Amino acid sequence: MDFFVDYILEPGVKIGVIVLVLPLLVGYLVLMERKLIAFMQVRLGPMRVGPHGLLQPIADALKLMLKEDIVPRGADRLIFIMAPVVALVPAFIVLSVIPFGPSITVPVPDGFQWPLQFVEREVPLFITDLNIGVLFILAVSSIGVLGIILAGWASNSKYPLLGALRSAAQMVSYEVALGFSIIGVLLLAGSLSLVDIVNAQSGDGHWFVLYQPIAFIIFWICGVAETNRAPFDLPEAESELVAGFHTEYSGFRWSLFFLAEYAAMIVVASLMVTLFFGGWLAPFGLRLLPESLAGIEGAFWFSAKLLFFIYSYIWFRASWPRYRYDQLMHVGWKVLLPIAIANVVATAVLVLLLEG
Amino acid sequence: MAWIENRFEQNIVTTTVDFLFNWARKSALWPMTFGLACCAIEMMATGTSRFDLDRFGAGVFRPSPRQSDVMIVAGTVTLKMAPIVRRVYDQMPDPKWVISMGACANVGGPFDTYSTLQGVDHVVPVDVYIPGCPPRPEALMYGLMRLQDKIDRMSIARKPTDARLDEIKDDMRISQAALEEMDRIDLKI
Repeated sequence: MDFFVDYILEPGVKIGVIVLVLPLLVGYLVLMERKLIAFMQVRLGPMRVGPHGLLQPIADALKLMLKEDIVPRGADRLIFIMAPVVALVPAFIVLSVIPFGPSITVPVPDGFQWPLQFVEREVPLFITDLNIGVLFILAVSSIGVLGIILAGWASNSKYPLLGALRSAAQMVSYEVALGFSIIGVLLLAGSLSLVDIVNAQSGDGHWFVLYQPIAFIIFWICGVAETNRAPFDLPEAESELVAGFHTEYSGFRWSLFFLAEYAAMIVVASLMVTLFFGGWLAPFGLRLLPESLAGIEGAFWFSAKLLFFIYSYIWFRASWPRYRYDQLMHVGWKVLLPIAIANVVATAVLVLLLEG
Repeated sequence: MAWIENRFEQNIVTTTVDFLFNWARKSALWPMTFGLACCAIEMMATGTSRFDLDRFGAGVFRPSPRQSDVMIVAGTVTLKMAPIVRRVYDQMPDPKWVISMGACANVGGPFDTYSTLQGVDHVVPVDVYIPGCPPRPEALMYGLMRLQDKIDRMSIARKPTDARLDEIKDDMRISQAALEEMDRIDLKI
């Protein structure tokens, strides 16, 4: 029974919640983006579909499902169909190690006898706590690039291929600086487990953003570039490459790419919160709810910080023009990477001096 | 939806599903980023703050025809451009619609010349014609709303093309002889 609850019921429920909630969250994220950009451009955004456009994501999703599913004649059919899944799955898998909050206590049935006996059970608000969490995230999220390259290749068309190559070059080069910016945090926390990193930031005002401000800024910029968002949205620059790697995708397959992009956005933002902003910890040791509801409060703080960073992504998109390709490579290799390496060296020396 | 279309002719009432599907289709009309001449400037203005096409859920201008639902033919269609217009239309996934915007796209406008197509309906089936030279953004939005009304009359029991044909039959300006001719050559608009 314990085996069933520990290894099947509890992870199953959590995975189910994530798989069901994430698409809905992404849908409403898109609405939020459309509304916020509209407000920044002194427009109203979606207004007619439901009150203040609240049903817009549902209409969009349903419409995309009803559209014709085109596979171009010259396309490599198997890979064309597989590519969106390859892009989407890593973004979902990565969420399994993100700690959304500390433990909550829920009643679970104790055995199968009738009437059901309930026992209290501590349920942590993350699927699993890997001791190599950060490494796992970097490794798995890199597979997403493969989906993009496959999509560009399988479309058998010029623009998708060019878009895919650009996308791959961009994601690979920015991943280097991103990785280096994380190392500073890892040196301070002394662990690769995301839960340990959050716990290392407990105590008043010990968020790593205060110790690693440069690393944080590099991570922020690289995170935007990793998710192919403006101002780094070169892979889908519509004035040069039509729609980039997903030019030939229509209807539901295209929406899978869309889902993958926004899921990756959520992942990077939550990683940013976890590594630099104390994860579920409240600012200044605030406590809004009693001790027994600490889990819910933690999830609230996590979501609040997450929303702020997602808002910043939308803000970037509304504010800045797109980088040119050579500028992009210049920023990635000649500016961010040296600063990130210098930051790692400086942090390592300081940690050694202060702790040794 | 090819497996269900035209299988049930008029025998099964599909009101609720039709309502939901039509609501989704008319609420998320993503236009193709596609401008040919000066009407395109008015189309762009329709997307901006004073008019805001996004209020209708139609502000997502997609660069790729594979992801768009409605092609707004905004401007003069030259004979050189006509095959490209047709190709873009062919690349769009069903169900798809066409708005002909402005006098040039409707009938050729002032350009009754060797180089200009006398109306985009020579190459693609048009759902809504918007008069004007160029039409004001309000007119484009009115055209979009008329298209939404049209989508509301769709049914999964009939192909969109059949619905269009019925509409032409309802239109008294098309003579009976023309309809018979269309039936004879099995022309689907």
